[in-house]
Amino acid sequence: MNPVEISSLKKHYGDIKAVDGISFTVSEGEVFGLLGPNGAGKTTCIEILEGLRKREEGTVKVLGLDPWRKGYELHKRIGVIPQGFTFHEKTSPREAIKYYADLFNVAVDADEILREVLLEDSAKNFFENLSGGQKQKMGFALSLVNDPELLFLDEPTTGLDPNARRAIWEVIRGLKKKGKTVILTTHYLEEAQQLADRVAIMDHGKIVAMGTSDEIIEQHGSGERLEIQGSEKLADYVRANTELKVDYAGKGLISIPLRKKIDALAALAAVEQSGMDWGEMQTRRDSLEDVFVRLVSGTIDEHGEIKTKENNGNADGKGRR
Amino acid sequence: MPSGKRILADLRLFGRGYIRNAAGLFFGLIFPVVLILIFGAIFAENTGAVTVYVQNQDSGPISDSFLGALNNVTRLKVEMVDPSQNFTQYLSAHSSSDGIIIPEDFSASYLAGMPVNLTVYGNPSQTSSAIISGAVDGLADYFNLKYYNQNAFPVIGIDPANLRAGEPKYIDFLVPGLIGFSILVSPMFSMVSISSEYKKHKLFKQMSLTPLTKLEWLASKVLFYVLLSAFSFLLMVAVGVFVFGANITLSVWLIPFLILGPMLFCSLGMLVGTVTKSIESASVLGNIITFPMMFLSGTFFPISMMPEYLRTVAHGLPLFYVIEGLNNVMTYDNITSALIDIAVVTVITVIVFLAAAKLFKWRED
Repeated sequence: MNPVEISSLKKHYGDIKAVDGISFTVSEGEVFGLLGPNGAGKTTCIEILEGLRKREEGTVKVLGLDPWRKGYELHKRIGVIPQGFTFHEKTSPREAIKYYADLFNVAVDADEILREVLLEDSAKNFFENLSGGQKQKMGFALSLVNDPELLFLDEPTTGLDPNARRAIWEVIRGLKKKGKTVILTTHYLEEAQQLADRVAIMDHGKIVAMGTSDEIIEQHGSGERLEIQGSEKLADYVRANTELKVDYAGKGLISIPLRKKIDALAALAAVEQSGMDWGEMQTRRDSLEDVFVRLVSGTIDEHGEIKTKENNGNADGKGRR
Repeated sequence: MPSGKRILADLRLFGRGYIRNAAGLFFGLIFPVVLILIFGAIFAENTGAVTVYVQNQDSGPISDSFLGALNNVTRLKVEMVDPSQNFTQYLSAHSSSDGIIIPEDFSASYLAGMPVNLTVYGNPSQTSSAIISGAVDGLADYFNLKYYNQNAFPVIGIDPANLRAGEPKYIDFLVPGLIGFSILVSPMFSMVSISSEYKKHKLFKQMSLTPLTKLEWLASKVLFYVLLSAFSFLLMVAVGVFVFGANITLSVWLIPFLILGPMLFCSLGMLVGTVTKSIESASVLGNIITFPMMFLSGTFFPISMMPEYLRTVAHGLPLFYVIEGLNNVMTYDNITSALIDIAVVTVITVIVFLAAAKLFKWRED
């Protein structure tokens, strides 16, 4: 039995289809990434899996349990870090761990957990005095108190600086090494690529692609292409003198899809023959980023965050409800 | 199954946070004491109750005309007590210290010119008693003059009596009033803000992911405010007694109020935070409920000082019964009436607690 099995899951808020018929399974020990722009339905989906929200349609099994009906039992076996984790302001990480240990009725070594989440140095600081990254690490610490089989991380690094983000990634890699199954939502492509074994790309409540990075590129990306720096005139020349499809992408970049490797030779011969100036050349494939941008019809901004037409400039880290 | 361990763990966490928060501590414990000091100093000798209970054991014409004259004194409200009643018990039962007994042989003695005494119950330290004894003195003089045509010694005398030593002063009302105030204010304001803020910051959602149940969570809050109220109670009684010489009866019958009160207002605060959508609207609704209750329930002044229509309003406020009960126990040692208050407070508490527990949700649909 897989830790997570969902099929045809739906959740609507009025007219908004937050989750619109999605299905996937997550196997044991896997890090599964739900990737999508803000408002794609990631948080709604993960909260249904955690038993925090009621689904409308579809079947959901988490560790073999229906999360809404058997939430109380399920919660003893899972760990959750909600989006934008908060806690009682005047409480230190160590005290919080002790509190959770009492609630779960387990004996834990608080220091070991603090070490695991790289938070030993701030063990005694009140929550209100922790940095964004440290707060998130405290969330990790608490989610580990009950030694969960399955962890849900909802945008664990949103709003953190690059160093803090990398530290959180280290923590997640550590969890994976310990064999924990992890479901992670993110709108950072790099995060999904760095951490997830498999990725599901969500947009408008649907999964538009799913698999390993390579599988997604294979299924949804274009093949290899030759890129040459040169003028539009050069592009026209190559198009006229070969049987190749030649795209001029603007800004002095000529892109030529290659059906066979040998096509590159024909293209280069034509370029040389033209006598015109040309600069660097390279062959490349679609990256996950290229595929992703095409699938969700958005762009990736300088922070590595996905922007779509609807939520451009509205990156407040909150999904639509 | 509720777990004591979880409730205690939550109590510890919440209590620690509360103590570390200077503002909470100030409003919870220090502020009511400051109020006692201020009001106690300002109104040390003031009170307004001028209801006088009269038992007429005489059946002659003179007592009738005496009563008629007494009724005409504008500042007095005369309440008749049946001659079959035990008068002092009756006064206690009505939480009053002011009364007059007209003796059996009043008319006969008066007509015969034999000396006869009216018994006037009162408390020399109270304005109300001074008003009553002044009025009765005046009436007695009037009747004496009328009979003897200004040439003889008085027939009607006054026999002053006290129900018990040291009848209620303002401070004796103020201590129970402000204990009621702290029972209301701390849990109410705190729970209104906690419940709306936890909702906003999704702390409830987070707690729902642990084995802590919402009833356990609520229980730990009630427990905390019961402890806080008990502490505040001791502090205020100490200040009342040692600073202002308040005359207070301590009894086990105070315990129900010190438990039910915080439970009631914790639940009410929770209810307000639950039914409102934002922190702002929760705070507005919380204030609408709290402030009238704070001023009209006999907190700073005895209810008897208020006009009739405000007294009617007061009877619709839950805090009124807590403070009336505390007064009945602490000031009048009147347990029978306190039992009625306990019954009323119990019913209100159960209703509000059940409503809060039912409507308050850890997670959304």
